[in-house]
Amino acid sequence: MSTQASRSAARLMLSPAVIFLLVWMIVPLALTLWFSFQRYNLLAPERSGFIWFDNYLSFVSSPAFWGAIVNTLILVVGVLAVTVIGGLLVALLIDQPIWGQGPVRILVIAPFFIMPPVAALIWKNMFFNPTNGLFGELFKFVGLRPFDFLGQAPLASIVVIVAWQWLPFATLILLTALQSLSSEQLEAAEMDGAPPLKRFGYIVLPHLARAITVVVLIQTIFLLGILVEILVTTNGGPGAQSTTLTFLVYKEAILDSDAGTAAAGGVVAVVLANIVAIFLMRAIGKNLDA
Amino acid sequence: MRPNLFALALCSASLFAMAAKAETLTIATVNNGDMIRMQGLTEDFTSQNPDIELNWVTLEENVLRQNVTQDIATGGGQYDIVTIGTYEVPIWGKQNWLEPLSDLPADYNVDDLLPSIRAGLSVDGTLYAVPFYGESSFVMYRNDLAEAKGVTIPAQPTWDDIKKAAAALHDPDNGVYGICLRGKAGWGENTAFLTTMANSYGARWFDENWQPQFNSPEWKAAITDYLDLMNSYGPPGASSNGFNENLTLFQQGKCGMWIDATVAGSFVTDPNNSTVADKVGFALAPDAGKGKRANWLWAWSLGIPASSDAKDSAKKFLAWATGSGYTALVAEKEGWANVPPGTRTSLYANQEYLSAAPFAQMTIDSINAADPTKPTVDPVPYTGVQFVAIPEFQGLGTSVGQEFSAALAGEKTAEEALAAAQEIATTTMTEAGYIK
Repeated sequence: MSTQASRSAARLMLSPAVIFLLVWMIVPLALTLWFSFQRYNLLAPERSGFIWFDNYLSFVSSPAFWGAIVNTLILVVGVLAVTVIGGLLVALLIDQPIWGQGPVRILVIAPFFIMPPVAALIWKNMFFNPTNGLFGELFKFVGLRPFDFLGQAPLASIVVIVAWQWLPFATLILLTALQSLSSEQLEAAEMDGAPPLKRFGYIVLPHLARAITVVVLIQTIFLLGILVEILVTTNGGPGAQSTTLTFLVYKEAILDSDAGTAAAGGVVAVVLANIVAIFLMRAIGKNLDA
Repeated sequence: MRPNLFALALCSASLFAMAAKAETLTIATVNNGDMIRMQGLTEDFTSQNPDIELNWVTLEENVLRQNVTQDIATGGGQYDIVTIGTYEVPIWGKQNWLEPLSDLPADYNVDDLLPSIRAGLSVDGTLYAVPFYGESSFVMYRNDLAEAKGVTIPAQPTWDDIKKAAAALHDPDNGVYGICLRGKAGWGENTAFLTTMANSYGARWFDENWQPQFNSPEWKAAITDYLDLMNSYGPPGASSNGFNENLTLFQQGKCGMWIDATVAGSFVTDPNNSTVADKVGFALAPDAGKGKRANWLWAWSLGIPASSDAKDSAKKFLAWATGSGYTALVAEKEGWANVPPGTRTSLYANQEYLSAAPFAQMTIDSINAADPTKPTVDPVPYTGVQFVAIPEFQGLGTSVGQEFSAALAGEKTAEEALAAAQEIATTTMTEAGYIK
């Protein structure tokens, strides 16, 4: 039972933290919104001023925009599919009592600790490169012409790189969830005559639903912002085949030094990310309420 | 108490005087070999100028460009000296972001600077930055393979010579590809090379009214030939090869020919890194009989932002770092082959240098063949050989480069790529107010 006085005291004591967080969030957002209505190119300071929605129009009507949205979705969904399914399989595998379990688990988790630009460079030069790379050598070994991964299938190649980086994260979360599943339940089902696939479908998978939801939500947040892997490997090309929304904003801000259009692009990206988030929460977020 | 206080006051006064005397120059620079070498040799400067301290900020090329651009455009005043290229200097000079360098000391001998480099660093005849090293581009080829296949690459080749040589040197079964050229998208990557190639074919980015010219027959001829060359005789995956990738391929002996920066001459002839160090021949960049060769011009240069508060000390440093005294210092400590090339006429009259660097004569001939004020056959409203010196070019050049990269990957035809480039350029130039 709180009195009127203690409640206002609580509010007073909470307020520094709340105000701090609010300012922390509002100031950058307000500045971004303000810039997005300005003609503000760092390199052309003599042409500046308030231009309403022109930045938004030019960003949305730029030829790369719709392609970038599609590419962003392909990247996010592709990486999610690979990491969730692959992570589940790897987690099931290393959950078994196998010889050398400790080292194997460390090896499986290792990619997560490699910095993104390093990972991208290793993949680009040591695996994908058709003249020097491992895959190129394998193709030659079986008598095929080396496939130019980054030239012919740039987006799929980037999905592979990013999925490789995020697989340990999914594995780790799903593995801990698997370990919290009581073996008695599984044994009981086995004794009742349930085959392995049924046990997986009716006991293991429902138990993992919450962990999978966490993996999907957290990864989506990070995957929407993927930039380095694209920058290092394909630079958004060839053409605009691997240009995502983030890369488009990067291009406006850094290459064009166009702070106005980049801010507008950032706002558009935030709106779209929120739409994706709403769909995701609707679709799978109910798992978290239980 | 009193004497103590007095001593303290004296002490702090002298400290203050010292602080005022020792001026700190913050220098933003690029992480290439020549610049790192200069940092190691600055004791020579600080011993001559004990009242100046140097504070280095060393960055990778693209990060440096972003950092310095943002600092100078917002008047941040973080740097007293910035390392910039021939692309930035004319733009920033025009914006009055750089301190004009008209009063350099007499013993600096500004007339010794190579005329084309000096022109690239000047706006209306006023020098805005001084060159630290300069480069152009030329043809590097495997003279052992050329001899074995019985082809000769003349010292002044045409594109037809290059095509013939590429066909002869092409031997993919033995892991040698006829020709390696840049394909990775970027205004400083494939766009730089293709712009010089187009220049030699008589093409230009814009006409005198800033109308994009990608629909011209010259551009079509240049891009078609480039695609033919690369598709027939290039390495697989060329659309992601930039300077570094091609350098590796050439050093491993996988390229018969490579057209790129003259600075690569010292890398491919370095026996520590190159497996073909003693088998490399050099030739000028090719032409198509139109009077322009396909070679670019670039100079890493030092400039002083107008927002700097230590301009006089900064000028002293500029004169030291790019003067002929520094050249002598490097030659004495590290040998003539390591002297920063391509900035002064006197260096190329020095017999010791010419005999230590086999690529020296080709380098100076290439630099002299490039004219940033008249880069094309037909007149243009811009300066710059492998770029257009306008602020919009970084973004525009990269977008156009992506189209050419897509064409090389086989995703588009030459016509489609050029049509897309024309559309992008028209939109950009209209939005930026060049096309009225």
